[in-house]
Amino acid sequence: MKFGSGAMTNSVAEIAENKAIFVIGSNTTENHPIIALRMKEAVANGAELIVADPRKIPLVKFATLWLRHRPGTDATLLNSIMNVILAEGLEDKKFIDERTEGYEDFVKSIEPFTPEYGAEITGVAADDIVKAGRIFGSAENAGIYYAMGITQHSMGTNNVCAVGNLAMVTGNIGKYASGVNPLRGQNNVQGACDMGGLPNVYPGYQKVDVPANQEKFEKGWGKSLSAKVGLAATEMTGAMLDGSLKGMYIFGENPALSDPNTTHSVKAFKSLEFLVVQDLFMTDTAQLADVVLPGASFAEKDGTFTSSERRVQRVRKAVNSPGEAKTDLAIIDQIYKRIDGEGDLGKTVEASDVFDEAVSFWPAMAGMSYRRLEADSLQWPCPTEDHAGTRFLFEETFNRENGKALFTAVPFVASKELPDKEYPFVLTTGRELFHYHTGTMTRRSSGLNTVAPEAFVEVNPADAEVLGVGDGQRLTVSSRRGSIRLKARVSNIVPPNVIFIPFHYKEAAANLLTSDAMDPVCKIMEAKVCAVKIEV
Amino acid sequence: MINLTIDDKQIEVDEGTTVLEAAKELGVPIPTLCHDDRLKPFGACRLCIVEIAGMPKPVTSCTTPATDGMVVKTVSEKLHRLRKTTVELLLSDHPNDCMVCISSGECKLQELAYLYGIRENRFTGEMRDHNKIDTNPFITREQNKCVMCGLCVRVCEEVQGVGAIGYAERGFEARVTPPFGQNLDCEFCGQCVSICPTGALSGGIWAGKPRGDSVKFTDTTCTYCGCGCNITLRSSGDEVVRVDSDKDNHNRGWLCVKGRFGFEFINSKDRLTTPLIRREKGGQFEKATWEEALDYVAGRFTEIKDKNGADAVAGLCSARCTNEENYLFQKLMRAGIGTNNVDHCARY
Amino acid sequence: MNSKVTVNVCMGTGGIAAGGDMVMAEFIKELEAAGIEDASVNEKCRLHKVGCRGFCARDVLVDVAIDGEVSTYQYIQQDMVKRLVREHVVGARPVKEWLVGDDYHTFHDNQTKIVLGDLGKIDPESIDEYMGVDGYKAAEKALTTMTPTEVIDTVKESGLRGRGGGGFPTGLKWGFCAANTADQFYLICNADEGDPGAFMDRSVIEGNPHAVIEGMIIAAYAIGASIGYVYIRAEYPLAVDRLHMALDSAKEKGYLGKKLFGTDFDLKIKVKLGAGAFVCGEETALIASIEGERGMPRAKPPFPANKGLWGKPTIINNVETLANLPHILTKGAAWYASIGSEKSKGTKVIALTGKIRNTGLIEIPMGMPLKEIIFNVGGGIEGDKLFKAVQTGGPSGGCIPQQHIDLPVDYEGLASVGSMMGSGGMVVLDETDCMVNISKFFLEFTQSESCGKCVPCRIGTKRLLEILTRITEGEGKEGDIDLLLELAEDVRDSSLCGLGMSAPNPVISTIKYFRHEYEAHIKDKKCPAKVCNKLLTFFIREDMCIGCGMCARACSVKAITGEKKQPHKIDNKLCIQCGSCFDACKFSAVLKE
Repeated sequence: MKFGSGAMTNSVAEIAENKAIFVIGSNTTENHPIIALRMKEAVANGAELIVADPRKIPLVKFATLWLRHRPGTDATLLNSIMNVILAEGLEDKKFIDERTEGYEDFVKSIEPFTPEYGAEITGVAADDIVKAGRIFGSAENAGIYYAMGITQHSMGTNNVCAVGNLAMVTGNIGKYASGVNPLRGQNNVQGACDMGGLPNVYPGYQKVDVPANQEKFEKGWGKSLSAKVGLAATEMTGAMLDGSLKGMYIFGENPALSDPNTTHSVKAFKSLEFLVVQDLFMTDTAQLADVVLPGASFAEKDGTFTSSERRVQRVRKAVNSPGEAKTDLAIIDQIYKRIDGEGDLGKTVEASDVFDEAVSFWPAMAGMSYRRLEADSLQWPCPTEDHAGTRFLFEETFNRENGKALFTAVPFVASKELPDKEYPFVLTTGRELFHYHTGTMTRRSSGLNTVAPEAFVEVNPADAEVLGVGDGQRLTVSSRRGSIRLKARVSNIVPPNVIFIPFHYKEAAANLLTSDAMDPVCKIMEAKVCAVKIEV
Repeated sequence: MINLTIDDKQIEVDEGTTVLEAAKELGVPIPTLCHDDRLKPFGACRLCIVEIAGMPKPVTSCTTPATDGMVVKTVSEKLHRLRKTTVELLLSDHPNDCMVCISSGECKLQELAYLYGIRENRFTGEMRDHNKIDTNPFITREQNKCVMCGLCVRVCEEVQGVGAIGYAERGFEARVTPPFGQNLDCEFCGQCVSICPTGALSGGIWAGKPRGDSVKFTDTTCTYCGCGCNITLRSSGDEVVRVDSDKDNHNRGWLCVKGRFGFEFINSKDRLTTPLIRREKGGQFEKATWEEALDYVAGRFTEIKDKNGADAVAGLCSARCTNEENYLFQKLMRAGIGTNNVDHCARY
Repeated sequence: MNSKVTVNVCMGTGGIAAGGDMVMAEFIKELEAAGIEDASVNEKCRLHKVGCRGFCARDVLVDVAIDGEVSTYQYIQQDMVKRLVREHVVGARPVKEWLVGDDYHTFHDNQTKIVLGDLGKIDPESIDEYMGVDGYKAAEKALTTMTPTEVIDTVKESGLRGRGGGGFPTGLKWGFCAANTADQFYLICNADEGDPGAFMDRSVIEGNPHAVIEGMIIAAYAIGASIGYVYIRAEYPLAVDRLHMALDSAKEKGYLGKKLFGTDFDLKIKVKLGAGAFVCGEETALIASIEGERGMPRAKPPFPANKGLWGKPTIINNVETLANLPHILTKGAAWYASIGSEKSKGTKVIALTGKIRNTGLIEIPMGMPLKEIIFNVGGGIEGDKLFKAVQTGGPSGGCIPQQHIDLPVDYEGLASVGSMMGSGGMVVLDETDCMVNISKFFLEFTQSESCGKCVPCRIGTKRLLEILTRITEGEGKEGDIDLLLELAEDVRDSSLCGLGMSAPNPVISTIKYFRHEYEAHIKDKKCPAKVCNKLLTFFIREDMCIGCGMCARACSVKAITGEKKQPHKIDNKLCIQCGSCFDACKFSAVLKE
């Protein structure tokens, strides 16, 4: 990362005070509804909102400017906007001089991305690119908000770099009501990352292949540790299929439905020698398991979640779990003790003890404790007991060795699988308001399932006419990897030649179609672009 | 800064502060029905009227900006009479079926009726017959309980930016309704439900569920997206019966349809209740005891590790689970098994 | 002017409704047929479309002026035109029996016309005619020779007060507005005349729209507004048409648009149609309506002068207020202040209706006693019945009884007896009007026009109406009068806007002055004015009844029996006091008591 952290740099409440807001690759209204409220508040306060999205998402209604770029052309769009900012002298020279490096190379890299070139690649009118540059470049404080629409691409890392460049070039980072703000899709993605639920880092983003870190954790845990960076989830599929990965423990995840190219991944799970799945429900993944362990819902346990804005908050037990279901913490603890051969099996693990241990390894959360969180939530960094937490990051320095943020030149890279004669449509996937992820929870909530009972594919009216498809008619959508049958929703929300399918529905799982192409750096899958065909 | 006197107490407030806000700061209670700090003042219910020296008539404190030297009285015989009449008028057009009303005990009108001791009502007459049963599963509207405070209309417009409901008709027949009296069809965020002072709006899935003493309130954090909304679970026994959110939270009490109404999965019949073991590939799941299952899992992983090395095992932790669980899980993989093969679905 | 023939046909809404357009078409036809369209004669003959002169009851009114000698005809219809042209225009002999009588002149001569001065004289569709009476000179004077502050001061000195009802000093309000710092100011002309029976604003816009536009230019200049709105009822199609026409021609002449009169002052005027909600005459509701919201009032303060349309400082002036401005600027503040009473300066246009001989639109100097208005200008009570009361200020005004007949009609005078000026409606009531019923009638209107926002107005007026209804239906209870009064006062004192605050006025004032009528309804179950049918007994006078059977056929409950050509009888046990028989009888044989 160019600043040295992967989290919202600023806070949600600050959004209301942004003078310009740039939302790209985030259907905020449906996926982060409460964050979207702050955006609407900002607009009511007079902020200018730029929405860049191939789909006419609900937020467009509030936008000053809507840029309907072609799926997969985000970086080019951002580059051409920055080209305008540089051409018109709207860059923040003081910030660039004092707080960044790599500017000259960056400027050179931006030169080819004229609005006209941007228009050609992205399909957005050159005038609108200019407008966007002017709005964002001249706002006193402006924030960028993005989600999976930026990251779930084979060039996702590039996209994120381009977003960072835009914030840096306009000096919109390290100050109030601005920033680079990835909106995290799940309640505790932030926490799972913070806590070291990643193959390359220990808790607190401390790299496993840095000896000092390894030593620190070996000492703390009293075990010798592996220095080898582990497999990313997207890489595990291959390792399962080639037999190098034999046993797997999955909890609170349903990769059989959420993984790209699920046919492929289901085959991989089946090839495992031993699979343990710990969940609330008999999910598609659990059905492939050798052992299924009944876990607890959030209402049945104590702990903490960390939200998109780095806010660590208490989760409290309200009810008992059904039957013999146990909290995931207790289950993991028991398995750990059994594998380890140490520890008292009769002793119940306390969430607060685990919390204290975890934060002892990471200065950014070292000042937090359950006692403090009882009174109010805290935003990391919160290094000491008397630290009030941090609303926005990098006020004085960035988390790189010399304290400066780094510009990264971002070239234009096309998506891995583009439409062709056989598969003429671009499929983009995402969520809808009424469901969450693979629907294991929401589809078991009567109201939500009544309002949104079945899968659909959004098709532009022009395409629908050519295909001879009416609203509500059943279609078969196929990619090179699979095929599903679902209802057409003829709508202007999608542009011509692009279709959208939410991935919540197992009976018409969008991820049977998606490609398992992935970003070479962060190993994210390309869920937002793949080529498909439609048959009536 | 502005200095004013409210009920003989002095207070200094910022310019732009309303008399109601100043009174609140002083701890002087003023009854309200149509006011909410999170929305623009409306001035419809006329309960927050106060007397201000130099003004010919009582004014609503929610809409009146404090000015320097202002002298405010919040209690007087006249004000009491006017407020009482207003409450009586409201009750004269209200079903007063508190015994069976879902909002009993949490109803602001009920509280006012009690406060003003309205046992008998001087005013009787025609009552509205606006009941309209919507087909949506989330929001139940009982429009004849509506006091026309406009909070629902305003929250939908000002906060949610949807404008699914508005006012129609005039005079006594004035009402809150979706366009052309159609069924409510919106984002079902339930902001309106959360802000309704009476039983006119309630959660469809709350109906008939326990309330009162048997209900426990637990403050926690929503389990859906990364917004991190603070919620309060209301539970009775082991059943979660309602979700709401306090307006002092960082999410200001606002929730989305999933957070507010998507809690039934907790008590779903489909929940897994015992460990299950499939003894051989292609076999059936069998119920097992925890001891059995845990030993089996630990044994098999140890076996694989011993035979194929630690990197033959991998784990996926969860972006839905707690920090503590994720920490312990990666520790299990790293320290217990000895591999860095741990990841989660952040990328999906 | 010698040997010039001018024909004026009244073409206001009243005139057109009475057949004015057909009369005019006939004139054109007949004049042509008579050869007066001939070029040399044509010069001498002008055919006018003129606006309302206020005496709509006598429409179609036609002036025929020859050599400056004006003869005015009343009740003219299409088929009468031929004779008028033949005898008067060609033959120079006025048709005596069709001329207006003395009462027409009493009606006019007792008035002081400023706002209505040019109505009925100039063609409202011609800017040139308006300019012929020094139109736009006042605006030019203001913009080219005065500072905005000087304009405000002049209006302050003139003593002009808001004619829309509030009576707030116009210059003072402008001063408050102009004192704000803002990037945009707005001026709104309130032409949302909602009082039933009131038509002064409509008449002024129909008859002299340029005067209103000129007033707007002056006001906008004074407060620094570059955008003006006219909020006018869509139910006034003719006024809307003429307004648009006038705006277009003013724009063509450069009196609207950029750089007015060669100064740096710009003004654009937009027309916004109201959808017929009474409450939209209330300024904050009107603003909400222009903003595209439902017309519901907002609490004041903040006042529109500080935070109005789109949150910007905004002045809302009534049509009549604006139409006064050119005269004040031309003739001076002192001249204007010399007309009227001590605190109420100038004139007031009044819509005079009810049980009065000369109904119509009048303009009187402020402070003229009620008696003079009713008995001189108005010609007294119709049918020589006894005067009982006069309701002023529209449906939310109050009833003024006989004992206050000498009351000077100005803001203070009317307020002192519990009524108000309002927009200037005046309904005269005589001995056959039941005051309880009158009060109920006005409440029906205000109750149904409440926007429903605030509790006292939405439910309070409904309950007031229900109590009044039960009193008029003989269901009145001991204590009802006190309950009415209490509730009326509470609605008055706690409602959000002027509608609710004033809606109880008819109740309060009628109880104050006619409590005995309420008591008669409640205690004796009698309606002294014999209006409330439910309290009356119907019977048939045998000596008057010819047995035609009309009453029996009208009776829906078959309470009337009788042989043909024999006197009929009403069975009071069956009678539901609907009054149908009374209305059906052509021989006054049905009586009620």
